[in-house]
Amino acid sequence: MAQVQIPSPLRQYTQKQASVNVSAKTVGDALSGLVARHPELKRHLYSEDGKLRAFVNVYVNDEDMRYLEKEATALQEGDTISIVPSIAGGGC
Amino acid sequence: MTTLTETKPEAVLSNDEILRYSRHLIMPEVGMEGQQKLKAARVLCIGAGGLGSPLALYLTAAGVGTLGIVDFDVVDYTNLQRQIIHTTADVGRKKLDSAAEKLKAINPFLNLRTLETRLTSANALELFREFDIVADGTDNFPTRYLVNDACVLTGKPNVYGSIFRFEGQASVFATQEGPCYRCLYPEPPPPGLVPSCAEGGVLGILPGLVGVIQATETIKLILGQGDSLAGRLLLVDALGMKFRELKLRKNPDCPVCGKNRTITRLIDYEEFCGIRGQEAPVEDVVPAISVEELKKKLDAKADIFILDVREPHEYQICNLNGYLLPLNDLPKRVNELDSSREIIAHCKMGGRSAKAVQFLRQAGFKKVYNLTGGITAWAEKVDPGMPKY
Repeated sequence: MAQVQIPSPLRQYTQKQASVNVSAKTVGDALSGLVARHPELKRHLYSEDGKLRAFVNVYVNDEDMRYLEKEATALQEGDTISIVPSIAGGGC
Repeated sequence: MTTLTETKPEAVLSNDEILRYSRHLIMPEVGMEGQQKLKAARVLCIGAGGLGSPLALYLTAAGVGTLGIVDFDVVDYTNLQRQIIHTTADVGRKKLDSAAEKLKAINPFLNLRTLETRLTSANALELFREFDIVADGTDNFPTRYLVNDACVLTGKPNVYGSIFRFEGQASVFATQEGPCYRCLYPEPPPPGLVPSCAEGGVLGILPGLVGVIQATETIKLILGQGDSLAGRLLLVDALGMKFRELKLRKNPDCPVCGKNRTITRLIDYEEFCGIRGQEAPVEDVVPAISVEELKKKLDAKADIFILDVREPHEYQICNLNGYLLPLNDLPKRVNELDSSREIIAHCKMGGRSAKAVQFLRQAGFKKVYNLTGGITAWAEKVDPGMPKY
């Protein structure tokens, strides 16, 4: 079981939950599971051709999955997956 | 430890300054040497708003010698909830003038340069060369990418902070060995996908929390003390009061700071962020009526169904007695609406309701119209007793 942390811009698509537990062996499976449960998340995380959007980073614990095995990164019990999108607010 | 690479000329402290900064001087981590470094430092703040306010205030108090502030905006009433350098009396005034007055009052030793200009690809490089560190307090993606690229190209560290609702991020980009913003986010989100503060709201204290973190990192870089956030992304969750850290790595393939750089000049950032050439906003293309027309129809007791697509907490502030159906729920609850009736959809300013009208028209509703300007326009032109928010 891994916990997926949902950033605030996306919580409106997960019924306001800040984290979602998923049962998955890899990061890719965890994200698919998440999107299957909350389909409105899909277009915010994935582009039309099924790739994870470039302005969304996915971390397993504190490491960017790009520097692990990306979607194939294996998950251990209790791992935390963080979805970290870019936010720009600051002066407005 | 990341430090500035240039050696600065000795900055002499007067007796008044020594007394002023006594609480710094009695700490070995700062001392006379550190305070002199602060005085010799030149920091450029991009923005005198939410993040810029605490940044500029604390850097000035700490004794940073030269502060540059870039802002072309005017103080708005709705800024006062979080942009604490500005007061009620400053509404309508240039942010730079308001900021300059408060900063000089805090510390007359400050050498303040106000730059009332929009930061662009044409002026950024030359401007950044005149400073040692850039603190990014902007509120839009094109400027963030511009600041990042200009920092990498001029070799200046970029002290980064950003906020949204009640969460923030902070880091230090563009140091010699560390990653830059593009290493983390190679591409911006398409416009319209991530709401701005005006659309999403922001907890007033949040830019204070993140802005002071940026000021702290700036001072640490100048002093050469402590462990900077270079290589780390600090995530701030104000509601949970949780601070988390994620590792940031320099991306070897980064186009601007990697091994094979393809970006060696500043580009058109609006185009990069997809803003240029964007289609006309949805509001301009859906059938609409004005608030005056709606008033006439209501006075004539026409059979109109008012659909309010805002959120419940907005309905509580003010409403037109409309049927509340938040925009995000529309797809699942569309069967609650009767397509044989004339439906006027409204929200706060006309943006969300335009999307609702577009959705309903695509779903086969023929008599649905957008209320141009939303309930805000109603409050301005029809019912001045109604609050605006």
